[in-house]
Amino acid sequence: MHNPIARTMLAGVGAIVALMLAGLLMPKWLLFLSTMAISHGMVSMGIVLLMRSGVVSFGQGFVFAAGGYAAALLARHAGVNDAVTLTLGGGLAAALLALPFAPLLSRYRGIFFAMLTLAISMVLYGILVKSETMGGSDGFNVSRPTLLGAEISAESANFALYAVAVVLVGVLATASRIYGDSVRGLVSLAIRENELRVEYLGVSVSQAIAVNFVFAAFLGGIGGALTVLAQGHIEPNFSYWTTSGEFVFVAILAGHHSMLAVFLASFVVEVVRSFSNLYFPNTWQLAMGLFLLIVIRFLPRGLGSLWMDRLAARRARKEVRA
Amino acid sequence: MSSALLSARGLMKSFGAVTAADEVSIDVPVGQRVSLIGSNGAGKTTFVNMVTGYLKPDAGSITLDGRDITRLGPRQISRLGVARSFQIPQLALDMTALDNMLVAAACNQGALSFWQPAHSPQRRERAMALLARFDLADHAERRVSELPGGVRKLLDIAMALAGQPKLLLLDEPTSGVSVEEKFPMMDTITEALATEQVTVLFVEHDMDIVTRYADRVIAFYSGRVIADDPPDAVLADEQVQRYVTGSARQGG
Repeated sequence: MHNPIARTMLAGVGAIVALMLAGLLMPKWLLFLSTMAISHGMVSMGIVLLMRSGVVSFGQGFVFAAGGYAAALLARHAGVNDAVTLTLGGGLAAALLALPFAPLLSRYRGIFFAMLTLAISMVLYGILVKSETMGGSDGFNVSRPTLLGAEISAESANFALYAVAVVLVGVLATASRIYGDSVRGLVSLAIRENELRVEYLGVSVSQAIAVNFVFAAFLGGIGGALTVLAQGHIEPNFSYWTTSGEFVFVAILAGHHSMLAVFLASFVVEVVRSFSNLYFPNTWQLAMGLFLLIVIRFLPRGLGSLWMDRLAARRARKEVRA
Repeated sequence: MSSALLSARGLMKSFGAVTAADEVSIDVPVGQRVSLIGSNGAGKTTFVNMVTGYLKPDAGSITLDGRDITRLGPRQISRLGVARSFQIPQLALDMTALDNMLVAAACNQGALSFWQPAHSPQRRERAMALLARFDLADHAERRVSELPGGVRKLLDIAMALAGQPKLLLLDEPTSGVSVEEKFPMMDTITEALATEQVTVLFVEHDMDIVTRYADRVIAFYSGRVIADDPPDAVLADEQVQRYVTGSARQGG
């Protein structure tokens, strides 16, 4: 197909359908694990968008918690029950909350950007822990949502929430891919490589980073809301720095070349986490650490580079021939 | 001087005790090829940096097409039609030459689209045409980090030209390029520029290049303009011989 946007959309729809079918065959524990991997992957995909413009946020727990709390509070106090509305509400709330920080943060790079985002997430953590009305350090429970007006039964809950995650995340991942391939996406990559040049070409680098930060917040909020709905519980730990660290871990594992790699990495981490938690609860961070070291040593450009480099080479060869 | 494209008036700039610009006044009419010469630290690059907004002069003013640009930043000045290349090429090293060119061509087109593919056939065609004008078409699909220095310099200049600027500033276009390559490279640049209505200011150390390619030469010495005339007159100037070309020959 010649239209690349149509091709990306088709791939997105294909992935959604395939995952839905796979979901029908999955046992409950795997459905839940996949839902977690998909929703957490959404947050890491936000980090990947930021990485593509040369900065890494160590505080995505901030938007993860913002989206989660927004969805939980909407369900609890505003009488909103629909899973899709709650998820989108979480995304929007996180983006709105991130918006005032975007112009400030976009003036910083490297470790300063990372530390400032970390600081913001820890401030939110502090507020959430002290907040009596939001359950303090214990958080609070969220009842099972409805889906497009229909009740969800206890048996079908795992699949229903998995389906919501697959569809919403599938659409957003497709949109992110289109964005990544767009004119602005390419300019973002150039910013990562050479900010000075892009500024001299007449483009505001800080504005481009601010835009990506708000996008990343929206994705992170979606991830937070989906997690809350699947877990039925929210707590301040969503904004804790170790949570943010795991999102960065997944983003580094995936690399910034492929959106699919983000979810693969997220899934791998969820699997390692849940099995290690079960069999060697006190040393599982050790396993994760070794795993990351190996990836950085042997696949510095991430899992995605395994197939994206090959794809790019093939495309280049085809064009030379044509 | 409303007929001048670029007009600098009484520019002053010092870094501590070093005076990098001392009452620099230069008018450049449309279409001229102007070479800036002078030994290291004479103030050529400082002048380029002030015109492109990287440095703000301590005093004086700069106008482009009659519009005051003295206090504007690189981004705004670039949008007004001033482009520059760099002494050390400023490229996205991990991207292909074509991608670099696509970025340069897109940046000058106003708002950046969030969804239109960067690699649309029209965009690629335009970028490839620009690359071809600089004899870079063969390198299009190669990562910049794999390209030799001379090719990078050309790509850097090609990118500056992508936005069809009114004024192009080239900071030492042939520095770091071997002697045999210098003239072919300048020929390529001149041919590429010939089709554009662009005024060019270039910083250059090689006097053979200056005589051959410039309409006018401005010589700097310790932040001051010591000569401003056609090439032959400037190179015959006693002060220029003592402070600029003499030292350049010793150095070279």
